[in-house]
Amino acid sequence: MTKTEYQVVGTRPVRHDGADKVTGRALYGADFQMAGLLHGAILRSPHAHARIVRIDTAKALAYPGVKAVVTAADFPPAPDKLVDFGEGATPLAYVRGNVLASGKVLYRGHAVAGVAATSAHIAEEAAQLIEVEYEPLPCVLTAPEAMQPDAPILHDGLRTAELGEKAQGRSNISEHFRHILGDSKKGFAETDVVIEREFSTATVHQGYIEPHNATALWNNDGRVHIWCSTQGSFVVRDATACVLDIAQSRIRVTPMEIGGGFGGKIPVYLEPVAALLSRKTGRPVKILMTRKDVFEGTGPTPGSYIRVKIGATSDGKLVAAEAYLAYEAGAYPGAMVGPGGMCVFAAYDIPNVTIDGFDVVVNKPSTAAYRAPGATNAAFATETVIDELAEQLGIDPVEIRLRNAAKEGTRRADGPKFKRIGCVEVLEAVRGSEHYQSPLEGPNRGRGVAVGFWFNVGLPSSCTINVNADGTVNLVEGSTDIGGTRTSVAMQAAEVLGIPVEDVHPSVVDTDSVGFTAVTGGSRVTFSTGMAACEAAGDVIRQMKERAAKLWETVPDKVEAGRGSFRCNGHSATFKELAAKVGETGGPVVGRATVNPRGVGGSFSAAIADVEVDPETGKTTVLRFTSIQDAGKAIHPSYVEGQMQGGSVQGIGWGLNEEYYMSRDGMMMNSSLLDYRMPTSLDLPMIETIIVEVPNPGHPFGVRGVGEANIVPPPAALANAIYRAAGVRMRRLPMSPPAVMEAIWSK
Amino acid sequence: MQSKVHVRTAINGEPAEFLCEPRQSLLECLRDLCNLTGTKEGCNDGNCGACTVEMDGRIVTSCLVLGVEAEGAQIGTVEGLARGTELHPLQKAFLENAALQCGICTPGFLVAAKALLEQEPEPSEARIRLWLANNLCRCTGYDKIIRAVQQAAREMKEARP
Repeated sequence: MTKTEYQVVGTRPVRHDGADKVTGRALYGADFQMAGLLHGAILRSPHAHARIVRIDTAKALAYPGVKAVVTAADFPPAPDKLVDFGEGATPLAYVRGNVLASGKVLYRGHAVAGVAATSAHIAEEAAQLIEVEYEPLPCVLTAPEAMQPDAPILHDGLRTAELGEKAQGRSNISEHFRHILGDSKKGFAETDVVIEREFSTATVHQGYIEPHNATALWNNDGRVHIWCSTQGSFVVRDATACVLDIAQSRIRVTPMEIGGGFGGKIPVYLEPVAALLSRKTGRPVKILMTRKDVFEGTGPTPGSYIRVKIGATSDGKLVAAEAYLAYEAGAYPGAMVGPGGMCVFAAYDIPNVTIDGFDVVVNKPSTAAYRAPGATNAAFATETVIDELAEQLGIDPVEIRLRNAAKEGTRRADGPKFKRIGCVEVLEAVRGSEHYQSPLEGPNRGRGVAVGFWFNVGLPSSCTINVNADGTVNLVEGSTDIGGTRTSVAMQAAEVLGIPVEDVHPSVVDTDSVGFTAVTGGSRVTFSTGMAACEAAGDVIRQMKERAAKLWETVPDKVEAGRGSFRCNGHSATFKELAAKVGETGGPVVGRATVNPRGVGGSFSAAIADVEVDPETGKTTVLRFTSIQDAGKAIHPSYVEGQMQGGSVQGIGWGLNEEYYMSRDGMMMNSSLLDYRMPTSLDLPMIETIIVEVPNPGHPFGVRGVGEANIVPPPAALANAIYRAAGVRMRRLPMSPPAVMEAIWSK
Repeated sequence: MQSKVHVRTAINGEPAEFLCEPRQSLLECLRDLCNLTGTKEGCNDGNCGACTVEMDGRIVTSCLVLGVEAEGAQIGTVEGLARGTELHPLQKAFLENAALQCGICTPGFLVAAKALLEQEPEPSEARIRLWLANNLCRCTGYDKIIRAVQQAAREMKEARP
C-alpha cells in the first residue's frame, strides 16, 4: 500500500472516548464508588533515613470510625525471590519494602502504615495517631556522595554488580556496567579537538495531574478486585499478587480512566495496601494520594551526575567518546541508567566509545520511569558538548550532527546495529525548516538545537474484534488509554477491515476479559497493540471470506477482499452486507490476535529553541519552539503532534524550572504544585511540530511510536540557546533564574 | 463526629441540597455527596485548576471553597455545559482540535474557558494564556487547548445573531 491509498490511517477523527471526557462522564480511579466503601490513608515517614524501632497502632484503632490498620507485618511471610514486571528483575523484598516500609524507612514520604475508616478525614486523623518510634540515621541524597566509601549505607545486604560480578562489601552502588566499542583511548589520540565536561541534573517528577488512587475488594470467595488508574492493569495484577503472595488468577484489575502517567503509574503503591485493608475489614477500601504524597511517595525520575568527553578531527568527524553516568535510583535499585547508556551517543556514528553506568541508591523516593527514562539526562550532556565542538570547529551545529548522524548499520556502543532509522531525515528537516532558516534578531536572544533518541519497545499485546450484525465491530484491548490510543488502535483495525473508524468501538477491559497486555509505556501501544488490532482484523477478514465462500458456493481462497468489500465470480458484498449474514452462515465472527513484535523501530527527535534571557533576573523566556520527530507513520497526526508538544513542554519544564528542592536532611521543600513549578500556558509559545515519516519495516503501516523521544532534546536545545543569548554554558539542570544569574555573574 | 449542615444551593440551574460536614470542601460535596465527579481533584490546594467551577458568575477552585459556602449560590460544573445532546462549542472544539490527551484537566479548562468567552468574546492568544494560567495540563503543552478556545470563540461569534 502506498501513502495515498489509506482510507483511515493518517486522518484526524474525533476520539472514541471524547464525548465522555468533555462532559465529565468518564470515570477515573478517584471517581469509583461502591456500596459499603471505606476510605484509607497512608502514614508516611518524616525522616529520610531511620530505623523503625516500634509501631503502636492502638490509639489509631481505638479512634471512632477506624476499621483497620496495616503495616508491613501484615504481609504474609514469603521467601524472597526475583520478580519482573517488565522493567527488569527486582528482589520481592524491595517491591514490598517500597509499598510498606519494613525495618527501616529510606526516604521522607516512605509509606509505613495504612488505615481504613468510614471517611477519608477520619482515616487521615487516625493515621496521625499511629505512634512510630524512629532512630534517625544519617542520609545521603546525591549519587556522587552515596558512592563515597564512608557514605551512609541504605541496604545492608546490597552488593555491587561490578561489570557482571558480585563485589564484596556493602555499597550504595547497585550496578556498574560498561559498554565498549573500538578503543576510545586510541581514538582520542587521533583527534584535533577534545571537549570534556561535567553535568548534573535535578530530580524531577512526571507531574501527572491525577494523583494515584486504588480501590480494592477482597471478596468473600477469596478473589481480589482492584479498580485503579494505572498504565498497566496486568502489572498491577502481577505485582499485587507477588506482594501479597497469592495467585495472579485470584486478582482482577479493572483499569479506570487514567489522568496522566508518563511512566510514573507503572509501579504499585496503594493497591496492595488497599487489598490488605479490605481483607481485614471485609469491605471495599479506596485510597487516594494527596499531591504531597505524589511528590514524596511516588517515583520521580533520577537526578544524575554525568561526565561526557568527545573528540573530533578538524573537519568535524567524531572519532572517540566517553561517558560516565551516575544516576540516583532513589531508595531501591533501578535508576534507568541502562537506557541512559543505550541513548547517550545513539544519535552518532562514533567508532570508539566507552560508557560507564552506575545505578546508585540514595535517600530519595524510589525512582520510576519518566518518558524516555534516562535518555534526557544523558542527551543534555552529549548535546551540549556537541554544540561546543561545533562552535570550536566553526561548523554549523546541525551540519556537525548530520556529518556524524547514526544510520542503518551504525553499531551502538551497547551492542545493537541500527536497522532503518530516521536520524538523518530528522536533522535534514531541522535544517530545512522555516524556523531554522529564519533569522533571530534582538539582544539577549539565542537559538539552540539538539537531537535525541529513544529505542521504543514491543512487548505483548492482545486484541479481539467482535463483528456486529449491523456491520460495525467491537474491539477489545488491554492497553489503558492515556492519550488517545483507543482511536489510534481502532484506526488501524478500520483500515484493515475497510470500514469507517466510527464503526469500530474500542473498549479497554479488565484483566479477566482480555489476553495479557503489557504496560502503556515505551511508546508501544500504537505500535504493538495496533499490530494486534491489525492481526485480529486480518483474522476477521479470513473468517468473513469463509462466510462469503459459503454464500457463493466457492472456496475461501477464491474470495477477494479489500477496501471493505468481498468479491468472487461476479458476486460482491460489502463488509456490512456480509456482517448481516453471519448468523445464517455459521454464527458469530470473532477475530483474535496476540503479538510480541520484534520489529521495534526506534525514534529520533530534535528540537529548535529560541530564547531570550533577561540579564537582570536570569529568567529565560521561550520565544519560539519547534519539535521534529520521526513517527515512522503518523496514524492520527493530531495525537502525534500532541505527544510531541506535550513531551517538548515537559522537557522545557525539566530544563528551565523543575526540581526537587531538598533540605540537607532529605525533606522536599517544594512539594506542592505552587512551588514545584511546572510550565503554565502563560510560560509558553505555540509548540510547532514537524512530523517526519521514515516507515518502520517492522509494522504494517510503518509505525515507530512517538510517546517519548520528544522529551529528550529540549533541555539541551535550551542550554545551547541560552549560551547564544547570554554567553554562559549551563551544565546543571534546571537552568532556573538563580542558576543562570550565578553563571552570568561568574563569567 | 461533628453534626452535618444542610446546604441549599443550585447546581447547573437546578435546585440542589446536600448534608455536609462543615469541614468538607465544595469539591468533596460535588463529588461525594452530589455524584458530580466530572469536577476533578489534582492538588487540593488551589494550584492545578482541575476542580474549577463557576460560583455566582466567578470561577473558583472548588477545593478552596467550603461546601457550606454554597448556601444560596449558583454553581456551574462541567456537567452543565452541554445542552441535552448538543455539546457546547468549547466541548466540540476541544474534540476537533485534540485538545485533550488524558482528559483529567479538561473539565477545569472547559469551565474556565467558558467564563472567559462569556466575559470577552474575542480574547487574544495572550489573554487566553493569561486566563488559563491557573489550569495546569501536563499532556498537551497547551498548544491545542489555546487553539480550541480560539476556534470556539470564532464559532460562538458566528452563531450570534
